Amino acid sequence: MNASLISLEISVLGLGLVLMLADVFMPAERRRFLGYAAIAALAGLLLLSFSGLGSCSLTGTAFHGMFVNDALSVFFKRFFLIAAILVLFIAVEFSGRFAGGVSEYYSLIVFALAGMLFAASANDFTMLFVSIELITITFYVLTSFQRQRLTSLEAGVKYLILGGLSSAFMVFGIALIWGTTGRLNFNELAAVAAQHAGQQLFLLGVLLVVVGLGFKIAAFPFQIWAPDVYQGAPTPTTAFLAVGSKAAGFALLLRVLFTAVPAVAFQWVNVLIVISAITILYGNLCAIPQRNLKRLLGYSSIAHAGYLLLGVAALAGPGRSTDGGAAILYYLAGYLFTVLAAFAVITLVVQDADNEEVSILAGLHQRSPLLAATLTIAMASLAGIPPLAGFFGKFLLLKAVIAQGGANSGYYCLTFTALAGVVISMYYYFGVIRAVYFSKEATDLSPITLSAPAKLCVWICLAGIFGLGLFPGPVLNLAAEAAKVLGN
Amino acid sequence: MSILTYISGWPLLAALVLVLVPGNYRVIIRSVALLATFISMALAVDMFCNFQTGQNGFQFEQQIPWVQSLGISYHVGVDGLNVGLILMGAVVGFAATCCSWEIQKREKEFYILLLLMTGGILGAFASLDLFCFYFLHELALVPTFIMIGVWGRGERKNYATFQITLYLSVGALIALIGLIALYVQLGAHTFDLPALITYAKDPQHALAVQAQNFIFPLLLFGFGILVSLWPFHSWAPLGYGSAPSPTAMLHAGVLKKFGLYGLIRIALPLLPDAAKSWVPVIAWLAIGNILYVGWVAMRQRNLNLLIGNSSVAHMGFIFLGIASLNLIGLTGAVLIMVAHGFLAALSFGLSGYLYSNAGTLEMSELGGLCRKLPFIGTALLMAAMAGCGLPGFANFAGEATVFFGVWSRPALHLTTVLAVWGALVIGGVYMTRMVRQVLHGPLPERWNQLPDAANLWRRLPYLLLLAGLLVFGCWPKLLTDKIAHDMQPLIPVAGNTVSVVEHKFVAAPGDGRAPLAIAEFTLNTPD
Repeated sequence: MNASLISLEISVLGLGLVLMLADVFMPAERRRFLGYAAIAALAGLLLLSFSGLGSCSLTGTAFHGMFVNDALSVFFKRFFLIAAILVLFIAVEFSGRFAGGVSEYYSLIVFALAGMLFAASANDFTMLFVSIELITITFYVLTSFQRQRLTSLEAGVKYLILGGLSSAFMVFGIALIWGTTGRLNFNELAAVAAQHAGQQLFLLGVLLVVVGLGFKIAAFPFQIWAPDVYQGAPTPTTAFLAVGSKAAGFALLLRVLFTAVPAVAFQWVNVLIVISAITILYGNLCAIPQRNLKRLLGYSSIAHAGYLLLGVAALAGPGRSTDGGAAILYYLAGYLFTVLAAFAVITLVVQDADNEEVSILAGLHQRSPLLAATLTIAMASLAGIPPLAGFFGKFLLLKAVIAQGGANSGYYCLTFTALAGVVISMYYYFGVIRAVYFSKEATDLSPITLSAPAKLCVWICLAGIFGLGLFPGPVLNLAAEAAKVLGN
Repeated sequence: MSILTYISGWPLLAALVLVLVPGNYRVIIRSVALLATFISMALAVDMFCNFQTGQNGFQFEQQIPWVQSLGISYHVGVDGLNVGLILMGAVVGFAATCCSWEIQKREKEFYILLLLMTGGILGAFASLDLFCFYFLHELALVPTFIMIGVWGRGERKNYATFQITLYLSVGALIALIGLIALYVQLGAHTFDLPALITYAKDPQHALAVQAQNFIFPLLLFGFGILVSLWPFHSWAPLGYGSAPSPTAMLHAGVLKKFGLYGLIRIALPLLPDAAKSWVPVIAWLAIGNILYVGWVAMRQRNLNLLIGNSSVAHMGFIFLGIASLNLIGLTGAVLIMVAHGFLAALSFGLSGYLYSNAGTLEMSELGGLCRKLPFIGTALLMAAMAGCGLPGFANFAGEATVFFGVWSRPALHLTTVLAVWGALVIGGVYMTRMVRQVLHGPLPERWNQLPDAANLWRRLPYLLLLAGLLVFGCWPKLLTDKIAHDMQPLIPVAGNTVSVVEHKFVAAPGDGRAPLAIAEFTLNTPD
């Protein structure tokens, strides 16, 4: 038993409880301060993770191998901490629009973060299920938090029903795996996965678990919920859903496929290729006619799940190279800053929740040049234009896929599908940029004043987008190191 | 720091500076842009003069590791292939900035994008690293779309923006896939071009013919779309017709040469076997450019569309030069790349001047302009003559050289005949018809008040571009010596031997009669 390994998770859970308690003692007008306190605490934990102290510097397993700390989980933990910090910045700016319970909102974000941290370290199907549920259940509440708004409630109900369904799939799959192999631990399972790889019931179990995770990452054909929930949820929730929940899904998917049942993953390579291709095309094609900003980003997040699946398909390839894993991690890092930059701008610009159309961005370059530039850069990065983070991420993913192409020409087809997706996506991303700079239909030209923390958040995102695009070296090394965990 | 870093660095730095300047400081914005591109041009001229002709390897090299785990580095250097292109690119960049006075709205954004284009493409031409090469080109390409979408003109502006974005993004991405496939298949774990070429020279590491035949079409069509290779050319005339003239100058003049440069720089040395087997295809597609697009150009009624089509037609000669795969043809191809850069920029600059003063480019509405606009008219006449290959202009030297190069491949005799027909007859017809309709004949009354380019300042960009055409037209040896020396290593790679003729060509005294000298040699020593 090695409890010091989970000190980070315990601290985060403790922070969530403290936030809830503090609410009782804090006068209502100082609640904003609570958000900043949470940001400061998480920033402290993030710094600690880089300092060589704390649980991120330790490697090993705890709780009979259920919990593992390795390069991969540390990479994801830092990722989730940064995501939560930026989401809290957005939440503080958004807090005025809640009818009440602002500090509960902060603490729920922190609880979801704790779930993600556990997911990053899950090495056992029990742990996987518990962490996923911790994330999902907090998100049910976060999604319907604007209870005076019908759309927010609708989004919450939709997410609840479909999330419950996916949990049911997953738990059924876990039961089947347990029933056929008698093992739940990923490492133990890996040892026997090959001999069960021909067994229908075992394969069905793995398939159901992957289906459950497919809901989390919004991959085709489990993407139906994404646009509605993205549109209806409060913007900070949408942001956390797009970055944190999706990344947690990928962290678990990578672990399950390549640590627990690599034999099955290699067998399913063609399925992964097809799912990736369809997800890319579906997300991009459906995003074209969208007029609502958050819905557009919802579809675009489906497309990005497809791009990330390129890396999963490459990992399952015959080359047995971990380049695909490194590419996924790098892409996620770039996606984090890019998407959160976009959602930060949406939060600051769109005050009226019932009008989140793209056209509301008209005249933004006059209202706030900083926000206009940020949104433009975020869209360009999502479209994969150099010198931004999105370009380098896509480059790595394409490289990983093409490297597998020699043995299986399906990868070449996948490459060209991704290419088509990128070209299609330029259309709607440029549409947003056009609305920001060149639309003549501006009705409201009042300048937007930004609080200092909001500015800080935007500048952090910009620094991340440019930093990952221009100086990919350090993060790429970390990602490559983390991806080695997935190699066999 | 290499001088090349400064040549592409100044415009990029100026773009960054402009981000911080408030939008209403119009004079400062324009001065910063002009100053940066002027410095860049002056440095390029200095670099061209200091270039040691006949020296092996790259000059003014600089290499800084960038992403070590993937073997990506910032590596720049020049040899005979890109020295002329960088000079041309820098001159066109300055000229385009000078011509930007026609932009009246959102000047700050326009100059930032223009500087990004200039700096990006100059950097791409100087790059010896495949990743940087692509990266910097993409950096230069994306502003083009925005500029056409925002500052473009004409009713079909939106359609043109849509079309050019779609075509060029697809082209660039196909080329990117080709480049990545090349990197992966070679397995040298570096994007450094000289290192890759050395690596592939080892017979153990050379790419299998099958792999080459997979990658070469990706590069050919990816780069081909960027260069408006027939039948993927339809974005070009309309795109240029709708673009603001500085954008058209830079794109048609400089950016478009990127694809051709990529084919010669990357595809020929690394994929020699595939290049050989694709020669007939390239040659016939080139004929598509020369004849079909030339024929389309004859039917144009709008000056800009005519220039756009003729610029697409000229790309055919360069592809033909590449298809020849011999020293004379390749040298000619590079010479046309430089010449056409000056020519396209000059033509689009002049048509932009006419458009911003007359408000129309329909040739039926213009006429007799030479009387009111002696300077602009003369310059346009000279551009038209250069376009149909009049000796004395650099285009003639290049085109003639290409024809001799192609003729020496017996399989391409028919192609050569068709191409010469296209160059001399079709080109002559539409250029002289344009001159007659726009410059000669009766002057419609409404153009009586049309102002000529009044002072030296306004004339400067056109004079510079004309000077480029004339200098390399009268003294092509300035370029051909440099180009031919560095084309020589490509020829044995491509499976041909450097013939006696070509050795003489390299050593031929150049005094403006270089192509004629080659003609003599070629005729005297049949292949």
